[in-house]
Amino acid sequence: MNTPEMPHTPNSRALLQARIEKNLRRRHAREKLFRGMGLAAVTAGLAFVALLFASILSKGLPAFWQSTLVLDVYFDPQVIQIDPKPTQQAGESPSEFRERELAWQGQLAMVNWNRLLEDSVIALDPDLGSQRRDVRALFTSAERYTLRDRIKDDPDLIGQTVPMKLLADANIDVWIRGNIDRSLPDSQQQLRPAVRQLADRLHEEGILQVRFSKALFFNTDSRSSPASAGLAGAFMGSLYMMMIVIFVAVPVGVASAVYLEEFAPQNRFTDLVEVNINNLAAVPSIVFGLLGAAIFINWFHLPLSAPLVGGLVLSLMTLPTVIIATRASLKAVPPSIRQAALALGASKVQTVFHQVVPLAIPGILTGSIIGVAQALGETAPLLLIGMSAFVANVPTSPMDQSTALPVQVFLWQGNELRNFFEARTSAAIIVLLAMMISLNGLAIWLRKKFETRW
Amino acid sequence: MSNLMLIVIVLAVMAVAYQLGLTRSRKVARQQGQSLHSRPGYYGMLVALWCGIPALLVFLLWALLEPMVVRALVVSELPPDIAGLSSQQLDVVLRRLNDMASGFGVAGEVAPWEAAAAEHLDRLRRIGDLARLAVMASLLLVGLVWAWRRIAPQLRARNHVEQVVHLLLVLCSGVAILTTVGIVLSMLGEAMRFFSFVSPMDFFFGTQWNPRFSTVGHGEGDFGLLPLLWGTLMVSAIALAVAVPIGLMTAIYMAEYAPSWLRAVAKPIIEVLAGIPTIVYGVFALMVVGPFFHNVGDLIGVEIRATSALTAGVVMGIMIIPFVSSLSDDIITQVPQSLRDGSLGLGATRSETIRQVVLPAALPGIVGAFLLAASRAIGETMIVVLAAGNSPILHANPLEAVSTVTITIVNQLTGDTDFASPQSLVAFALGLTLFVITLALNVVALYIVRKYREQYD
Repeated sequence: MNTPEMPHTPNSRALLQARIEKNLRRRHAREKLFRGMGLAAVTAGLAFVALLFASILSKGLPAFWQSTLVLDVYFDPQVIQIDPKPTQQAGESPSEFRERELAWQGQLAMVNWNRLLEDSVIALDPDLGSQRRDVRALFTSAERYTLRDRIKDDPDLIGQTVPMKLLADANIDVWIRGNIDRSLPDSQQQLRPAVRQLADRLHEEGILQVRFSKALFFNTDSRSSPASAGLAGAFMGSLYMMMIVIFVAVPVGVASAVYLEEFAPQNRFTDLVEVNINNLAAVPSIVFGLLGAAIFINWFHLPLSAPLVGGLVLSLMTLPTVIIATRASLKAVPPSIRQAALALGASKVQTVFHQVVPLAIPGILTGSIIGVAQALGETAPLLLIGMSAFVANVPTSPMDQSTALPVQVFLWQGNELRNFFEARTSAAIIVLLAMMISLNGLAIWLRKKFETRW
Repeated sequence: MSNLMLIVIVLAVMAVAYQLGLTRSRKVARQQGQSLHSRPGYYGMLVALWCGIPALLVFLLWALLEPMVVRALVVSELPPDIAGLSSQQLDVVLRRLNDMASGFGVAGEVAPWEAAAAEHLDRLRRIGDLARLAVMASLLLVGLVWAWRRIAPQLRARNHVEQVVHLLLVLCSGVAILTTVGIVLSMLGEAMRFFSFVSPMDFFFGTQWNPRFSTVGHGEGDFGLLPLLWGTLMVSAIALAVAVPIGLMTAIYMAEYAPSWLRAVAKPIIEVLAGIPTIVYGVFALMVVGPFFHNVGDLIGVEIRATSALTAGVVMGIMIIPFVSSLSDDIITQVPQSLRDGSLGLGATRSETIRQVVLPAALPGIVGAFLLAASRAIGETMIVVLAAGNSPILHANPLEAVSTVTITIVNQLTGDTDFASPQSLVAFALGLTLFVITLALNVVALYIVRKYREQYD
């Protein structure tokens, strides 16, 4: 056919031309394809970010609103039969007074608070008097303690009618919001038919409302009363751990970076330290959890589930991040500043601590904040030191049992009341992400603000 | 007195000592008519250090040693049949005594010897607290007075203070080494204990993973590593199959094609993926990706489990994308422009230039980046714990559930852990394996990346 041996005939030139054009078309098509693949990869990356945030937000935002009963509660003296609140009398020792007060609180605990809750609904419609069990199922079980605490703080309320907003049971919440298939047969529904009807009726009458709920932020985790489960305990636990990371990892990290960058001689020891830091930065986080379990818990017998241990483990994890960031920002300080200080008679230590480190502080801060943010989101090592235990109190010191925000996410995602807790889990993630994004935002802002070109 | 109070007091005394040293140095200089060797602040600092450091050292030593000493003393007073118990049973007894001594109270009858021992414990603690207070107070005072009297214009205070600062810095850099030593020693120690129950051959080459409950007794169950390792590799391979093409193409597009505005916008957004906590990815996999794959499987008539190697791998791949893309981006932008110009000048299209010139030149660095990404995938925990399904059986189907090394570590060490049973000790053997694998990958990767980078420097 078209043999390249005869290039001079007009026919073969046209053929060659056609071949080149065909080849070029093919090459340009491949160019476009390649470029398109690149653009597709970038789009895919952006789409993943969008998808992640969209799914978390769409699932989690509804959990900030919860079914709430807006009711007038009558603190019936018939039901609350207790002595007046004890006051300390002259000549009474503190321990005697404390004993009397505890006895009084014991009386409070004996009061049938559920009855008050039931009565507040029955007051709306006396016909419900025969359905006390159904009425009680409307409330989440923690609300009776809410009533008790109101009276404990202010016994004068007895005999008065107080408008209150009380959280509905988690199952009611699921039912009202339509998070469960309403056409399921009775045997597969969590709630009795009568309770469902009652909930629907109160919802129509505007007594059962979906309102913004503070419980998620101010309560601790709860097993008996899912609707009142909140993040306060986990939040405090995370806060304690971050404080420990800030007080342990940042000073130690900065000090060792200063030593390595400014003072260290070139010898075996410093070589070893450098290799070590690079290795530590790459060790999987769960290995740090094993370290914590073996050393802090098994050898030193520090308490399980304590933010102290969690904070120490996270500090060791964060150390390399802080060291690497600090070294980078120390390196960026020009040598002329050091030389000038030395030339004016400052000692090496004075040069470093009065000139170099202050100039590097913005970079050190940025790196430290990013390290702390990473530590905030870490879960795996905390599971190994027992921080996945259920804790219903707000920790008051780093030695108390506690959980942390990411661990709370882990605990909630496994909760069997799925229809309710899927939203809770995502809401907890929103809170966690909000904290991380604000920390990272702070780091970026600091970097922008103090950016220097030497 | 609580420890925190004690430390606050020491710090307060140090502040006073600083002031005293400061004023004294000025006064001495005036009296003797000589100028000071160092600035007055250094004299103050020196006095504060001499005053505070010995006391703080005693405080630390006390915190480390006191529990051991008290325990030994209490145990020596116990009746012989109790003192002869194993150390774990003794722990239980001591915890009970502790509750009694601290006034917390205990359930059940209190035996006379218990009451006596608790009282003994309480007395020892009181004596110990008082002794510590006395020792620390006297050290504070002695240090203060001694350093204060040493102040003279000739004293090289700055040099002394700088020596202390230097020592402190060295100690801090030692922490990194100490951590590594701690990791290696603790894991080796516990893993050795595990291997005294289960032979290393059975562990490293066993194909059955079935550790029974620790209450069953010692050494029961099969501890074969291979199913876990296989699961880990399968999930990581899927993750890399997602992350490497997307990450690499992203890097190429960003480095070679993208207009600067797109680069400025898209790069930070994609890097957000790297900063998201892994638990969030786990929940995302469980709530969104798993059900999605399951539904797709239903549509095309394939059984895909919601928690499977596929789900975990794909989500982990998404997590690693920014890792691959930013490392590759660095390496691609480091390829000298002259190479591109040469290729383009010879008539190659841009994609031909990239594929045949830029990528081969950057290849070692990119391979290094992949290895780093792989080590991340192997050590990743929360995504697999939530989304891989935990089924430690050797099979080749990525649509089924698998188990990984990290899942098993979490499972074996959470819940009621008794550190003496092989069922929880195996976690340390697994951790050691994980540590060695990821470390080896990292060392190789860093070596490759470094070696490559030097070529154009």
